[in-house]
Formats: sequence, C-alpha cells, structure tokens
Amino acid sequence: MFRHSEIKNFKPQKRTLTTSESASTAGEYPYRLNFYERPPLFEVTVEDFEECAIDRLRILAEIESSYARNRTWEELKEVTGKLCRKYLHLNSNQTAIGHINSQEQRKRDHLGHFVLRLAFCRSEELRRRFVKAETTLFQVRYEEDDSLERIEFVNSLNFGWTKVTSADEKGSLEEELKALQVKQSTSSDNYVKVHWTKVPDLVAKRRVFLRGGFAYVSSQEISSIIFHEFESRLEKALEHTAKMLPRMDEDTRLVPILNNLSQGFLVGIPSEWSSAPSSGDEVRAEMIDDMAKKHFPLCMRNLHECLTRDRHLKHFGRLQYGLFLKVLGLSIDEAIHFWRKSFSNLTDDKFNKEYKYNIRHSYGLEGKRANYPAKSCQQILTTDKPSVGDCHGCPYRHFSPENLQSSLLTHYSSQGLDTTDLHEIMRTVKDGHYHVACTRVFEITHGRKGVKKGDGIGGGESVTHPNQYAARSIEIEKEQSQEGTAMAVVVD
Amino acid sequence: MSDDADTSPEVMLRFYKMLYPFQSIFTWLNHEHTPTKLFTHREFAFTLQGDVYLRYHSFNTAEDLKKQVCTLNPTRFEIGPMYSAKPRDKKTVRSAAFSPQRRELVFDIDMTDYDGVRTCCSAADICSRCWGFIAAAVKVLQSILVEQFGFRHLLWVYSGRRGIHLWISDPEALDLTDDQRRALVSALTVVEGGKEMVKKVNVRTAKGLPPLLWDALDTLRSAFGPLVLDDQDCFSSQEGWETLLQLIPDRPIVEKLRNEWSQDPDRPSAQKWEELKDLIHKKKTDVQSRLKEALEDIVFQYTYPRIDAEVSKHRNHLLKAPFCVHPKTGRVCVPLDPNHIDRFDPRDVPTIGQLLRELNSSTSRGEVAGWEKTSLKPYVDLLDRHTMGILEEVRIMKRNNTTW
Ligand SMILES: [Zn+2]
Repeated sequence: MFRHSEIKNFKPQKRTLTTSESASTAGEYPYRLNFYERPPLFEVTVEDFEECAIDRLRILAEIESSYARNRTWEELKEVTGKLCRKYLHLNSNQTAIGHINSQEQRKRDHLGHFVLRLAFCRSEELRRRFVKAETTLFQVRYEEDDSLERIEFVNSLNFGWTKVTSADEKGSLEEELKALQVKQSTSSDNYVKVHWTKVPDLVAKRRVFLRGGFAYVSSQEISSIIFHEFESRLEKALEHTAKMLPRMDEDTRLVPILNNLSQGFLVGIPSEWSSAPSSGDEVRAEMIDDMAKKHFPLCMRNLHECLTRDRHLKHFGRLQYGLFLKVLGLSIDEAIHFWRKSFSNLTDDKFNKEYKYNIRHSYGLEGKRANYPAKSCQQILTTDKPSVGDCHGCPYRHFSPENLQSSLLTHYSSQGLDTTDLHEIMRTVKDGHYHVACTRVFEITHGRKGVKKGDGIGGGESVTHPNQYAARSIEIEKEQSQEGTAMAVVVD
Repeated sequence: MSDDADTSPEVMLRFYKMLYPFQSIFTWLNHEHTPTKLFTHREFAFTLQGDVYLRYHSFNTAEDLKKQVCTLNPTRFEIGPMYSAKPRDKKTVRSAAFSPQRRELVFDIDMTDYDGVRTCCSAADICSRCWGFIAAAVKVLQSILVEQFGFRHLLWVYSGRRGIHLWISDPEALDLTDDQRRALVSALTVVEGGKEMVKKVNVRTAKGLPPLLWDALDTLRSAFGPLVLDDQDCFSSQEGWETLLQLIPDRPIVEKLRNEWSQDPDRPSAQKWEELKDLIHKKKTDVQSRLKEALEDIVFQYTYPRIDAEVSKHRNHLLKAPFCVHPKTGRVCVPLDPNHIDRFDPRDVPTIGQLLRELNSSTSRGEVAGWEKTSLKPYVDLLDRHTMGILEEVRIMKRNNTTW
C-alpha cells in the first residue's frame, strides 16, 4: 500500500486539480470502449485522481501477472473480467440502469487511464509494460462488448477502411480470400479493405491478401487492426506525455502519488487487509503454532520459525509479524500473551518495559493511536530490506536460491510440495515475479483441497498480501469442513 | 582490359567532373525541380581513398553536391534518409531533434547469399550464368511489390559487381516507419536459416501456401528448369543431389533414388528431377500432394530472392548511390529495366575507362552533358524517365491537396 502519511497530507485539504480549462458536457461517452484520444476535461479531487488510478492498477497488475503465470487467453479474460466488475465496472448502453451511472463509470475509466499514463510514461520499460497491459485490457473489454455497440464503436474510429461489398470484387478474389480464412465460412463473410500499413502484423505473417497496396482483412481479423491501432496510438501518446512531464513534476502533490503508482506496478497490486477477519472467530495465542503450519505464507512461516528458534525477533521482524497476527484476528490481550510466551528468555520486567508498549502501540492503543495496517507484499518487497540476522522480508526475493529451495521443502513438503515443483517456482523467482511464485506455492500446498493451477487465491487472483494468503487458506479449510458436516448429515 | 578496371584517383576525378549525372540524381531524390528537404536534409556519406568514411554530409543543391564530390574525390558515396534537420548541422541540434524521417524503401540482393545453390561461381565472383538467380529475384519482387503492395516507382540498379539494388520512391514508401518496413521484409522473407538448416523454406500454414506467394511460385517454376536444372545443374554432384534428397520427406523414394544415382552419378539434373517427379506421381493422392508441396518448397529454396533484410528494415541505412563506380571492376552502377532483366549481362555494363575513351573520341560539341556523348546515355535516360513519373505523381498530389 501507499505510505499513509503521504496520502494523509492530501486528504484534509480537498484541493482540486484542473486538468484543463474547459468543463465536460454530459453524455460525453457514447461507447463503453474508449481509445482515450482526448485527455479528461474535468476537475477532479486528489482523492479521485488517486482512487481511479489504483483501481485500474489492480487490474493491470493482474493482467501482467497472468502473462507471467502463462494463463491461457480464456483464463486471463475470466480473471480480468472478474476484477473489472469489482473495481472498474463498465456497463454497456443496453445494461446501463441509468444513463448517468454509465457515464460516471466511463468517466472514471477515462480518468484512471490518464493518471496511469502520467505514472508510466517515465521509462521505456514502464511504457512497454503499460502499453501491453492496457492493450490487453482493451482486448478483454472488446471481446466481451455487446456486438452491436462494438460495431458502432468501431465505425466511430475512422480507420480509413472500406467494406468489400461489390460481389464482383469479392468474386474475383474468392480463391485468395478463402485461402486465408481462419474458419471455413460462407461467402457472406465480410471483408474490409485497408491500406497494408495499417495491419503490419498481419502482413508480416502473410495473413492477409494484398492487392494494389490494400489488405483484405476478414471480419475475424478486423479486431487485429483495432488492437494494433490502439497499441501504436498509445505508444506515441506515452512518448509525447514523457516529453511534457517535466512541467508536471512541479506539482508536488502529484509526484508522490505517481511514484507510488509506478512502484506498485513493479511489485504487484497494492492491496489492503487492515480489516478485522469477517468470521469473527477469535484467534488465541496457543493456536498460532498450528495455524502457521497450515495457513501461513513463507514469509510468515519463516518469521514464526525464527521466533520459535531464537526466542526473539528483531524490530522489523516483530513489526511485520505482529501486524500480520493482529489482522489475522489476534486480540491485544492474546497478542501480549503470545509475545510474552515467545520471548521466553526475557524477564517480565524487561518485556513490560521494552516490548509491551510497542505491541499496544501497534494496536493503536498508545501514541497517536493509529490503526496500523499489516504490511502488503509491496511494502515487504520494497521497504526495510533485511540485513544479516534479520528474519523479515520476502523469502522469494531476499533468500539465496539454495536457501529458498530448502526452506520451501522444509515448510511445505508435508502439504504436497516436492522437488519437482521447485524448477517452476525458481524460474518465476528468477524473472522477478515473486508474488507469482508465492501464488504458485499456495496452489500446490492447497492442491489436496482441490485448488488447481491457475486458481490462485480464488478467482485466479495472485497473492498481494500475506493476510490475504492466510485468510483464503483458512476459508478453504472451513468450506471443506462444512462440506464434511453437510455430507455427514446426508449420510445420517 | 586493365585499362577498363582502372579506378585510380585521377580517373575517378575525371569521371565525377565530366560524366557523373548529378542533376539527374538530384531530381530523383528531390521529387521536384527546386530543392526540398528531401534533398537538403538528406544524408550523404563518402568513402575516401584508404577507406576513410565520412558521414552526415548534406547539400543545398546538385551543384553543391558535385563540388564536394570533386573536392573529396571519394571511391564511392552513399545515400541515407531525409532527417528532421540538415545532417551537416547534426552537432548543433539537440539529438532528440535529429531523427530519420523519410526514406526510399530499399532492397539489396547479393550473389554471395546464393553460394549454397549456384555452382558456376562463388563469393565475390559473378558471371552471366549466375545472373539468372538475380533475374528471377527481380521478376518476383517486381511483381509482389507492384501488384500486391501497390508501389509504382521502382528503380533497379546494378550494384557494380555481384548484386542488385532496388529503390522505391513512392511517397507512401518514403513515409514507411521502421515497423512497417520490418513487416514488409518479414512477409517477403521466404528462405531462412544458415548452412546448418537443410530445409530453408517454411512458409506453409494449415491452409497451404499464402496467396502472397502464389504468383511468385508460377514465376519461379518456369525459371527453375532452365536455371537450376539445365544451366547450374545443381543436382549433378553427389553433394548436390544429397541436398535435394534431404528435402524429400519420403524414405522409400529417397533410398531408391540414392541407390540409382550413386550407381550412375552422371545423369543430368533435369533427368534426376524427372525421375523424382515420376516416383511422386505413383504415390497415393494424399501422400502425393504432400510431396508436391515439398517440390514447390524446393523451387522456392533454390530460386526465391534472398534479400538482405537489414538493409530494408531501417530508414537510416545507407545505400550506394546509382552511377557510382565499383572500385574493383571499374563498372558503373547503372539502372536496369526490369522488363529486360533476362537479357542483362554484367559484362556489357560500361566501365569507367571505356566511358572516358568514348568521351575523348566524341566529336559532338556544345552544351550537352558529358554522359550524353557516351554509352552511359541510355542508363541516365532510364533514370530520368523514371524520375518524370515520380514528379508527375507528386505534382498531382500537391494540386489535389491545395484544391481541397
Ligand atoms: Zn557464375
């Protein structure tokens, strides 16, 4: 998550940013799909500015991780569609309940896209990744769009193509066109004629028929023109934005937001798990050891092991583990009980003086009484890099390959992980996709409970927060025991 | 004929001063009679005696270019793209403000890339016999680029020794991005893979040969017999027919032929090819069609144009100017008519020595340019006619733009 201090600086001020002088007119978004050709022309609050961007970023980051996890296009579409419905839903004109509602959704979509352009135009690498993820998002939405509205949208784009209507023209080229069809289809199949320079990908693969500089593109391939156009226009726009950016940098309110956004893209989706567990089940100190073995991600298992072995944890380790346990559902009393028992080498006096205050502080009972959230994967990956003797951090990132492999086998072989899984995990780690590796370990270690490759922590989502990992693991166990009960009832 | 191959500095200087058609080159590059950015922002690069290489020169007029060429007296010079600023000001403009903008679409075909298939010569050598491969390449590319890609202004230029260049000057060709050039080159690249790759043609999809190559196959089929079988006799040596057999995906046929041919290796290639075809015809229909495709792929592998892709992909690639003199052969890099490409013999191309002799013995006087008095004239006329076509199109384009 973003460092809260920075966000707080904005909140009380409620200042607004003007992205342009002119105001917007109603009904500005006739289509659900958008080529984002014009910048948003309305005033936004800093909060909206950030929120729209974060919601979009969650989706883009999941798209990236889908590629890293080699998901099929269908899987990617499903996962992305699910996230879109959650964070950035866009109604079609048909399904829009109220017209204003759909306009508002599209406005947020428009704004989020442009904020992220600012965040991701800064380096070649970021631009490349952003273009890929955005083009994919566009593709997903395009494919699930209402077919009539999609045609209207496509017609509005003016790509300089013409429909091949004359029966003569079609007839004389019939043989050639047939040789290119993806599926055997009837002569009623539609073609458009477009200058070959608009479809370089199809030309390079010899997938179109060319005559006199024009490519004959079958309706099945028209989408390829649109995606290529989306991609190349966005590439150009980002380069242009990059040149304009130095002026933006003077706005000190935006710089940290933009930096955080691009950072978030590099290490996974920012997610927040500051809420108390919904189940209401209390977690007691003596349950932790058992829960750790069954439900904790590797970072927390490692911390738990260090604590058990050394009877102590250094500052950042206590912070990372303590906040995790708090969010897991350990009450303040149970927490004090847990830590007291764990630091068994300390005298009561020393514990009370040096540690109790900090535990209460982290529960918001001392000092400025802030309710500190548990650290997300992004924070664990990027802040407070562990040094010698530290146990915190992300093992996938901070362990040597040898240590990581033996640690994985030590902790998870009883849950079904074996040496044959290591190759895939280590390859992902080597590519820097730590959250993908962690997600894969989740899938493997929950395989006996029916979790399949690609399921992630539910709905295909990747791990972005240790508490999300643990919560999902507990949930799966609960579902199964309930099924068991139900079965038992039936058998009775 | 050592006189003909003489490319000493003195001879070169006389050639530039008296014979080189600077005005024709200017108009061809400039697309208009008065200088435009297409000329003034155009990069020229010079190779001097002793292989000193000078880049980023640019000139305001044809006269300026001629003056500099006569001062530097290069062994050759090359033409690059039109940049966003004058190349000679490169050091004084911001690097972001200096990028290639427009450039002819160019191709380079070099005989050395055919060393695996030609039997008459190797490496830098070229004879009228290997020219057959170049002629086939010209026909195929000319047809695809004109009929399919819709280009109209193609200039073929003999590279002076062992290959041919193509310059396409359509306004749309000049505007192509590097990505679009890459896409076009990749569509046109059919023969791939180095020495280690036996089967170098893999262009078929589930639906067969892509339409892009249909006409090419027809052209190359008719070239294959005279060129590969009769003239080059590519399958006469054991190495030659072994390569052929490796491309036939049918074990019984291969073993039968290998056996027969090793007992009677002197059968000419045409006969071997017929024997192969006969055996294929006896196969069942489904096997037969697969083997016929293999034969078509062999036709492609032996005769399809082998393009130097790197030359065509990037706008900022430099290519030797037409009418330069090849330093080894003394022959002038003259434009060629693709319709008469079969009749072209590299040995007929005028040499610099020959041209200077013709100039000396010429009796005609008056205001005409030096080249008009020599056998260079038909080649310069060819370029000028070509340029007129470009000028006409640009003029019409401009007129349409202003009336709209
Ligand atoms: Zn030869």
